[in-house]
Amino acid sequence: MELIDIIRPENQVFCKTKLMTDIPLSYCPGCGHGTAHNIVMEVIDEMGIVEDTIGVAPVGCSVLAYDFMNIDITQAAHGRAPAVATAISRIWPEKYVFTYQGDGDLAAIGTGETIHACNRGENIVIVFVNNGIYGMTGGQMAPTTLPNMPSSTSPYGRDTTTMGFPLKMTELVANLPGVYFVSRQSVHTHKHARKAKKAIEKAFENTRLKKGLSFVEIVSNCNSGWKMTPIESNIWMEENMFPYFPLGDIKVDGILK
Amino acid sequence: MTEEIIIAGFGGQGVLSMGKILAYSGIMQNQEVSWMPSYGPEMRGGTANVTVILSDERISSPYLRVFDTAIILNQQSMDKFEEMVRPGGTLIYDPNGIIQHPTRTDIDIFQIAANSLSIEMGNKKIFNMIVLGAFLKIRPIVLLDNVIEGLKKSLPERYHDLIPLNKQAITKGMESVTQHIVKETTVS
Amino acid sequence: MSELKLMKGNEALAEALIRVGADAYFGYPITPQSEVIEYLMTERPELRTGMVVLQAESEIAAINMVYGAASTGKKVLTSSSSPGISLKLEGISYLAGAELPAVIVNVVRGGPGLGTIQPSQADYFQSVKGGGHGDYKLYVLAPASVQEMADFVEDAFDIAFKYRAPVLILSDGVIGQMMEKVYLKEQVPRLTNEELIEKYGSWAVTGKTKGRERNIITSLDLQSEKMEARVRHLMKKYEQMEQEDMRYEKIQCDDAEYLIVAYGSSARISQKTVELARKKGIKVGLLRPITLFPYPKKPLMDLTPQLKGILSVELNAGQMIEDVQLSVEFKVPVAHFGRTGGVIHTPEEILEALQQKINNTWN
Ligand SMILES: Cc1ncc(C[n+]2csc(CCOP(=O)(O)OP(=O)(O)O)c2C)c(N)n1
Ligand code: SF4
Repeated sequence: MELIDIIRPENQVFCKTKLMTDIPLSYCPGCGHGTAHNIVMEVIDEMGIVEDTIGVAPVGCSVLAYDFMNIDITQAAHGRAPAVATAISRIWPEKYVFTYQGDGDLAAIGTGETIHACNRGENIVIVFVNNGIYGMTGGQMAPTTLPNMPSSTSPYGRDTTTMGFPLKMTELVANLPGVYFVSRQSVHTHKHARKAKKAIEKAFENTRLKKGLSFVEIVSNCNSGWKMTPIESNIWMEENMFPYFPLGDIKVDGILK
Repeated sequence: MTEEIIIAGFGGQGVLSMGKILAYSGIMQNQEVSWMPSYGPEMRGGTANVTVILSDERISSPYLRVFDTAIILNQQSMDKFEEMVRPGGTLIYDPNGIIQHPTRTDIDIFQIAANSLSIEMGNKKIFNMIVLGAFLKIRPIVLLDNVIEGLKKSLPERYHDLIPLNKQAITKGMESVTQHIVKETTVS
Repeated sequence: MSELKLMKGNEALAEALIRVGADAYFGYPITPQSEVIEYLMTERPELRTGMVVLQAESEIAAINMVYGAASTGKKVLTSSSSPGISLKLEGISYLAGAELPAVIVNVVRGGPGLGTIQPSQADYFQSVKGGGHGDYKLYVLAPASVQEMADFVEDAFDIAFKYRAPVLILSDGVIGQMMEKVYLKEQVPRLTNEELIEKYGSWAVTGKTKGRERNIITSLDLQSEKMEARVRHLMKKYEQMEQEDMRYEKIQCDDAEYLIVAYGSSARISQKTVELARKKGIKVGLLRPITLFPYPKKPLMDLTPQLKGILSVELNAGQMIEDVQLSVEFKVPVAHFGRTGGVIHTPEEILEALQQKINNTWN
């Protein structure tokens, strides 16, 4: 086979996600944010809804999502993305509105907005990237930091007696009647990323059917904040994060699993 | 005496800690010191720099655009800081990774192959100490003893066994620095 | 005996906080001030003095934790940077209204909005012109060195308790992030609860004991006349601050024909400009307001007869210049120079701006 045959379109097995821009990702090498961006963009592309999609970016490492996702995006104040998305989806009910938020953004400063958008059953998708730490600001403790896990504001490990327990926002919102679909996934292997993509597809499908709020958590790594190599961080995530934040669907079609 | 220094390179090269050791050394000889780093995401794998000032008098601006000495450890920093050395000043750089070498003739320019020396010495972490040695040879503004005292202050106790190695690296830097461009004497 | 250290401004402030015998710190991470809470968490003040340190879920929560602690007469501080301070403003207004002593630190970054994480002085208006709602002012201290980051913690608490009012330490990314020599004072023991009740029992909510009226902390007065009396009372305090606690520093002003007015990091940078200008024979001095409220109006006015022009140097688009103009009652021309968005002006840039003004308009 000649080179020219190999690079024929029908032989192509992988290409850059169409809805990702050409701007180099600013994420640390090994970070899960890039893959999470990719699958959200793939879903929007494959569903052919780019013209009807409005994204809401958070404050966190993914604050720059608007540089990488080639769609219309508004960037919200720290933690307020669900409120911003609420307004957009109420005024533009025919649109697909989603937020993309980290754990500090969604589960600390934005707890109020998250719970109430969920409780109102807003017809939006929330993509929640849980890496157990504040990546952007240099590795401080997040609400989802595991017990005894060190961070720059819990240098001796998270002491649950004074710092509380890791907050399982996903289980919490699953109990709200307004929430229609809740799933927890990860993107650290192809297999996991495919499953996560399925969940996100389902979430956007729910928006189309006006079913209310869909909440997809992606348990991810922050190799920089955890002070590990990317590979170490993925192993650590499997061994420590997954037992506390088990993967799988939590609520499907409005029914708790 | 006042010495205004910029140290610039990649994050991870030990730029900030080298500045800190220099500042501590200044304190050891009763000088006023300031250490002003670049901070934020630009440091995430990108460039890092720090302005260090040692002076016998109260220090005014910790932030400068004109320096007595520039210590430059990557090309981006060379592009930015070569022109900021005051006429008659000093530029010290590691030629590793430098494509466009400095060309000014109104300053003294020195090379220190710290990167390859640190590899030769079997420890890349002492890279910045070799650079520091080169600087001290050219600009002996602090005594070696005070640098060692400064090191003790800035390193946590558990790393104090590394001090002899650091001292070795400083000495290596002092021995290995070479002049690249001698400033033209027309500058008085 | 004081202890000499090389520290970042943020760290010096945190260490000083432990040493002045503070009871609590509440905060939320934000660049460029996260070192304050990181330092405290590493130092474990709960073991050193029993001081409480807590990472709140947001700046709103943090300032309301401060409100709670301050209501009980405890010595409490919170720190943040610009966007976080915006969130705290509601709470700060409540602290002022309820007459509570507390210290708030703003390590300013460039705005508006999410802006930049680089140094700025763009929160001048927010700090001295209210910021939050209602008729209130903050006593505002502007440190210009790491030493002052440490020293002003004590000064701020002194003022806060003298007036029962919130005090703001207005720093910025330069002063917070740079390291300098700092002399740290010895540890002051925290007040015991008994000592606290003895000192502040007349107003603090510590539990109603027999023999005293109950204490209430509130900022509400539904009767307008009463609310007006409350506002008047606040205004009296601010007048007293102006008379007793205004602070500034003059550098080379005796023979100055031109004056730079600058605070915080801009004052440091401008000091170098003064050195450079003097070498060129330009007679320029520097007046550095140390308190931004109360503002050094009179010292500025007193200089007017000798001045041909004033340059207000600030890392913003021109905010403090309004107070300079009001202080000199427009008797001397006042111009502004400053970079914005996190860009730091250099001593040479300021000198250039000054020379341009001198050559073009001030002669
Ligand atoms: C009001 C306000 N407070 C604090 C910050 C500083 N800040 C920026 S991102 C962030 C947390 C980010 O953590 P997370 O949401 O977990 O996202 P990650 O960076 O880990 O992806 C914080 C505290 C801010 N920008 N605004
Ligand atoms: S800091 Fe953490 S979350 Fe942010 S880009 Fe790096 S690895 Fe990812």
